Amino acid sequence: MSGINRRDVIKAQAVAAAAAAAGMSVPAQAQNLITEADLTDLKWSKAPCRFCGTGCSIMVATKAGRVVATHGDAEAEVNRGLNCVKGYFLSKIMYGQDRLTTPLLRKKDGKYDKDGDFTPVSWDEALDIMAEKWKATLKDKGPKAIGMFGSGQWTVWEGYAASKLMKAGFRSNNIDPNARHCMASAVVGFIRAFGIDEPMGCYDDFENADAFVLWGANMSEMHPILWTRVTDRRLSHPHVKVAVLSTFEHRSFDLADIPAVFTPQSDLIIANYIANHIIQSGAVNEDFVKKHVNLRKGVQDIGYGLRPDHPLEQAAANSGDGGSEPMTFEEFAEFVKPYTLEFASVESGVPAEQLEKIAQLYADPDTKVMTLWTMGVNQHTRGVWMNNLIYNLHLLTGKIAQPGNSPFSLTGQPSACGTAREVGTFAHRLPADLLVANPEHRAFAEKIWKLPEGTVPEWIGAHAVLQNRKLKDGEINCYWVQVNNNMQAAPNMMEEGLPGYRNPENFIVVSDAYPTVTAEAADLILPTAMWVEKEGAYGNAERRTQFWHQLVDAPEGAKSDLWQLVEFSKRFTTEEAWPAEILDANPEYKGKTLYDVLFANGQVDAFPNSELDQNYANDEAEDFGFYIQKGLFEEYAEFGRGHGHDLADFDTYHKVRGLRWPVVDGIETRWRYNGEYDPYVTDGAEFEFYGKPDGKAIAFALPYEPPAESPDGEYPFWLTTGRVLEHWHSGSMTQRVPELYRAVPDALCYIHPDDAEALGVRRGSEIKVVSRRGEIITRVETRGRNKPPRGLIFVPWFDARQLINKVTLDATDPLSKQTDFKNCAVRIEAV
Amino acid sequence: MKRIAISLFAVASLLAAAAFAQENVSTLRPITPLAENGPAAPMPKVVNTDIRQVRNYPEQPPLIPHKIDNYQVDKNSNKCLTCHSRAAIGESQAPMVSITHFMNRDNQFLASVTPRRYFCNQCHVVQTDAKPLVENDFVDVDTVLEYVKSKEEAN
Repeated sequence: MSGINRRDVIKAQAVAAAAAAAGMSVPAQAQNLITEADLTDLKWSKAPCRFCGTGCSIMVATKAGRVVATHGDAEAEVNRGLNCVKGYFLSKIMYGQDRLTTPLLRKKDGKYDKDGDFTPVSWDEALDIMAEKWKATLKDKGPKAIGMFGSGQWTVWEGYAASKLMKAGFRSNNIDPNARHCMASAVVGFIRAFGIDEPMGCYDDFENADAFVLWGANMSEMHPILWTRVTDRRLSHPHVKVAVLSTFEHRSFDLADIPAVFTPQSDLIIANYIANHIIQSGAVNEDFVKKHVNLRKGVQDIGYGLRPDHPLEQAAANSGDGGSEPMTFEEFAEFVKPYTLEFASVESGVPAEQLEKIAQLYADPDTKVMTLWTMGVNQHTRGVWMNNLIYNLHLLTGKIAQPGNSPFSLTGQPSACGTAREVGTFAHRLPADLLVANPEHRAFAEKIWKLPEGTVPEWIGAHAVLQNRKLKDGEINCYWVQVNNNMQAAPNMMEEGLPGYRNPENFIVVSDAYPTVTAEAADLILPTAMWVEKEGAYGNAERRTQFWHQLVDAPEGAKSDLWQLVEFSKRFTTEEAWPAEILDANPEYKGKTLYDVLFANGQVDAFPNSELDQNYANDEAEDFGFYIQKGLFEEYAEFGRGHGHDLADFDTYHKVRGLRWPVVDGIETRWRYNGEYDPYVTDGAEFEFYGKPDGKAIAFALPYEPPAESPDGEYPFWLTTGRVLEHWHSGSMTQRVPELYRAVPDALCYIHPDDAEALGVRRGSEIKVVSRRGEIITRVETRGRNKPPRGLIFVPWFDARQLINKVTLDATDPLSKQTDFKNCAVRIEAV
Repeated sequence: MKRIAISLFAVASLLAAAAFAQENVSTLRPITPLAENGPAAPMPKVVNTDIRQVRNYPEQPPLIPHKIDNYQVDKNSNKCLTCHSRAAIGESQAPMVSITHFMNRDNQFLASVTPRRYFCNQCHVVQTDAKPLVENDFVDVDTVLEYVKSKEEAN
């Protein structure tokens, strides 16, 4: 047998020597095994994973108040017993030695001072100073001067409580989740094409597809468990093909039958070429298009989501315009005609043969195609357009909403769908796809919330990037960040984020389990309970809602986001938050606290603690005196029931491994818009895109437009940022697990060996990565898992010591306001 | 000089274990102020001792105690299995892939390793000699059992 010569056979002697070297004692005799059932018995409970949007179910073992083990849940459809390496180490994420257990306030001489040092204070003092700042700001400048930044890691009811407190309590729509950085382009793409957010298909598509096309998604590292399903399908069924499109070669290419490394931004050209190929080769499913698709031409030259005085915005004819006009099929065909194979190949740098193979996967009527995408498509100044261009391919061929035929937008956070999107914690949204700008939607929300007419403001709040700009400009002065690390995550930290947080006019509060760099930039840090230290619910990328119980207690002093939000609401009277005209017209709301009107409203407090599962603790229910999670969930679910977003009843979710909404008569929906599977489709109809008034989806004619910033003589490299398998997002949990830290301790600059040589640096050299906005110091990596083409570098963003977002540009998609973290220009200097 | 003074202060505060009256609280960025850039840590070496590490719990995938540079694991070949496959371990004396790796999505055993477990380093990772920035207080189940036992004996 060849291949084993690298290692000699290890003999017992060698083991003893090695063990001695490592300072371990070799057991001289067999250990006594503890066997008493009552001692060795572990309590196993289910919980969804804390990390990505895949939504793996985890079995968590507890003993004596500690999590002692975790493993993949064999009963869960999503992962069937598997976890990725992060998931297998979930047991340790709550036990980092630096857990925060007391609020910390910047103080000098015993008083709050923006330039003071962090000093332990009581919860009362912390919430009191917060309330003092909020009240003063509300009084002086009104609700537009307060803001909140949450995330797709909030549990469903935490996001709901936060949204309600901000939009109805403080009457401010300045609330946004970090899902804005992650999913906003997908959301706008869905709404534009289908009128309803989130995928029509589900993970069952993996076992039904004949081809997988990855556009800007490195599933092997970012969605490893879904990748196991792709791998299983591909290797078990040799006819299956995998195409991987990316601006650099990464681990997902290991499974690629059709690899394609394209020049940044040329994905727009490739997608239009494929549409052109489908039309030219006669592969359009004419019957489907006629019955189910409208064609529209989108407004062009829409800008880059930069500050309005930026030259690129000034130059754009239609900055931020998402409008469109109807067009005929012939006009659509004419529109994509210039996107020939030759043009696409020249512009993208992908060999024509590869492009044609990918196009043929879509064009072949007998090949069921699942398209998968994440940040490469969404974090893009034309991210919404790219989402639409991908839907075009599925709509032209009728390959949609059927098992295996599935355009599938993946998500990056555990509840980006369940909380950020479904609850609607965005600055423009209300639950169940409703909009703050729509008077009927506001009235509907006010009715469910039992609040006076006009409570919810009509103005669209500041989105993530705009919040940082407004902090810098002193327009938002009170700001609360929960469950994310936005100083590390947001773009252009040196010009926007850091000056915004440290603006002397502002009071910044950060709730986190650990002292992150965002916490360090704050004025008040609130120690927070995490994951299974509280009862929770997440919704994954396939519309699956999953619940968990509180399995252990939080460290003494740490409180959940929900507790913090609700407790804070007790400190405000309606008079302090609402204008006199609302109260004069509705005097019964006078003299009440926001807690009374938002949470003790007869609905949120409708379920007594006798309904709690006696096998589990529930700190919030105990503190507030009612089953608050159930009350919040049932009130929230009112928004979607009967409106295409039906959720099952609360208790059901504690029993099952999640259900995919809409859940109608207890049955989940796997393929929406398909008459065979979706109860919302009119009886007898084969397909119906009922999110649109006429039941038809929209294919959009959208062109190539250049990126906001491209390499030039001074900044000759493309910089693209992203994640690594071993760390989730900013690493605030995974960098505290020693095994994950030691697997990948530092960020590195992945670069082509020839580029390194030309710069006179080599693997391990210390370098600066410099842009027009900032710089970091890192080291060169010319080998390993990522292989960029010449002229492009990749730097991951998990490393708090190398804040790559000092370098990135805060250009966004002008329609979705999602940052483009994948394309900006940098130079490299040897240190 | 000023920068040095700040750094010393930060180190001193870090040593004072609990977060108490300090400016620099971010433990994963222990010294350098947010607006500045510290030197990049040296590239750590991959631990290559072949000494197996104790698992934190039985379900944890074992860590890889050796280098895997240039190992080919793609749709054409899997270098790891040249030592860790059922048939190879007689010669290699490497641990055999766990029996769970032969089970398909429906928990049925296949004739060979299931494709869903094909890409080994989705679960198994090497360790470098980097020193963790933060210790972890996870407690091994044996220690918890001893604790439970001692409590029971005390009662």
